[in-house]
Amino acid sequence: MTARMDKRFADLAAEGRPALVTYFMAGDPDFETSLAIMKALPSAGSDIIELGMPFSDPMADGPAIQLAGQRALKGGQTLVKTLEIARRFRADDKDTPIVLMGYYNPIYIHGVDRFLDDALEAGIDGLIVVDLPPEMDDELCIPALKKNINFIRLATPTTDDKRLPKVLENTSGFVYYVSMNGITGSALPDPALIGGAVQRIKGHTKLPVCVGFGVKTAEHARAIGASADGVVVGTAIVNQVASSLTGDGQSTGATVPGVETLVRGLAAGVRSAKLVAAE
Amino acid sequence: MNETPNLNSFKTGPDEDGRFGIFGGRFVAETLMPLILDLQDEWNKAKTDPEFQAELKHLGAHYIGRPSPLYFAERLTAELGGAKIYFKREELNHTGSHKINNCIGQILLAKRMGKTRIIAETGAGQHGVASATVAARFGLPCVVYMGATDVERQAPNVFRMKLLGAEVKPVTAGSGTLKDAMNEALRDWVTNVDDTYYLIGTAAGPHPYPEMVRDFQSVIGIEAKQQMLEAEGRLPDLVIAAVGGGSNAIGIFHPFLDDESVKIVGVEAGGKGLDGDEHCASITAGSPGVLHGNRTYLLQDSDGQIKEGHSISAGLDYPGIGPEHSWLADIGRVEYVPIMDHEALEAFQTLTRLEGIIPALEPSHAIAEVIKRAPKMGKDEIILMNLSGRGDKDIFTVGKLLGMGL
Repeated sequence: MTARMDKRFADLAAEGRPALVTYFMAGDPDFETSLAIMKALPSAGSDIIELGMPFSDPMADGPAIQLAGQRALKGGQTLVKTLEIARRFRADDKDTPIVLMGYYNPIYIHGVDRFLDDALEAGIDGLIVVDLPPEMDDELCIPALKKNINFIRLATPTTDDKRLPKVLENTSGFVYYVSMNGITGSALPDPALIGGAVQRIKGHTKLPVCVGFGVKTAEHARAIGASADGVVVGTAIVNQVASSLTGDGQSTGATVPGVETLVRGLAAGVRSAKLVAAE
Repeated sequence: MNETPNLNSFKTGPDEDGRFGIFGGRFVAETLMPLILDLQDEWNKAKTDPEFQAELKHLGAHYIGRPSPLYFAERLTAELGGAKIYFKREELNHTGSHKINNCIGQILLAKRMGKTRIIAETGAGQHGVASATVAARFGLPCVVYMGATDVERQAPNVFRMKLLGAEVKPVTAGSGTLKDAMNEALRDWVTNVDDTYYLIGTAAGPHPYPEMVRDFQSVIGIEAKQQMLEAEGRLPDLVIAAVGGGSNAIGIFHPFLDDESVKIVGVEAGGKGLDGDEHCASITAGSPGVLHGNRTYLLQDSDGQIKEGHSISAGLDYPGIGPEHSWLADIGRVEYVPIMDHEALEAFQTLTRLEGIIPALEPSHAIAEVIKRAPKMGKDEIILMNLSGRGDKDIFTVGKLLGMGL
């Protein structure tokens, strides 16, 4: 729906390779460092950025992302500040799509209409809100679509063929296929199974399908990228940030470069994926 | 959504999307949605299945010990000098609280659905014990998530769960209380969705849990109404219950909602006072938000982050409340009031000394409200209070607070 998102996927299709979608937590460990991380992502090879919105009770996330959210909240991060990170990034980068990812309550408390206006103004292209299934579309999905913000839905192994049409109905931008039942940061399942699942979803939609949950290395990115339109990496990046911090959770000179190095490796993985696909 | 609500009744909710007014709903991850829809189907079938209802009734009578007695608290009534005070003795149930009513119902559903593993969250440990008990009774493995703080302050219940064969997993995230245990249980569920049944202990969470738990707990109010008619020939003037998530309260309230003459009061944990953050009075001092699958009153900051809350009683230490309570508060059918830690502690001692009943700290909040209201009411008036649990689990906490060596 947004020109930026569609153009990005069209360009990648022309290039013949999957997208590298990178997730990190806004405000982890502090506002300035996370802004610096975001600014470094495109040149390191990230095609789409998922900007995590910290929440006190992230029910679908594993310990790594939960801790990242706690660090961010402790550092004073709020929804308003997260949008400010996006706004500052967008001032220098007009092309990289930004997807906000998190939970509904901070948005609900901010006010849905006000949030959508603020998000548009900050240059946001899409939303992933984990605790809003299609049954709750009136809350945020429909209002977002009316304002031309993509609402990206998660499809999971429990989303069977009967349910897929309902999940895909109001989805736009891309479909985020969660590769396993579970929380973020778990182990990667067999890429062959994932390939089959991606094909199943593609039988129901023309939207690009990106796969996440469990992708940690360039090799994973390459294997998953062979069958998907995009590969989402989150926990590995969040862990990279965490490992660079001081004992009391402050950023160090290694924080931003560490993420850059990791993402460069992942980017090489997706860039070699098309060769695998051609085999 | 398509149903025309009967405006003359407070008992028609929730609608088919699980809403009580703006409250309730199904705010869960996609992974859980198919399962929640399955559960709803199964629950709809079970509700009207005579075989299911007969098994529930049989286990209620022979395993739980239902009906629980309605008890006239003669000495407390005389001491307060006002309304006649009756207790619905849910603390006499097997496992010591109302929690077992819901657990028996849900484990029968889990069996129907072919689930082979039970998970539960617990605060005070009463729901954990009840879950571990029914899991033992039906031969299913059970994992109970419990905040690390609660593991410490409710040690006797932790031991009971372990004896019953359950695995107790302490949760250190956050402040290590009920909210954090619920997060962790949801994570387990989303990971083991194929074989696992999540036995939620309170009338909260995604639809159909609030309705289902309410219906399993409504046996309390249905019995109490009948027993009151037998004892006094009329309905009570006032029904009181403590509210954490609110399952014991909705269980006794619901059958009385359409009885206009009956005033209904829910008692929230006022903790150390409503001025700061050290309380759990979600309705009195919170605002509507979305957590753990439903929209309801929550303790939260201006950014929508959930606060930790505090209560002397682990069972009330939850920053939310069941969605039906939020609705009943908004439409004005039920009044919700806070009781402070020290008032509950005092009421705990009063009841113990006057009636020889050691109550749990949770219903001690309701007792404190009874102690406030009864003297202001006439001697011909009647209060019905849900004595939802016994205090054996709390004796160490209370002993410590009173400076008694044990």
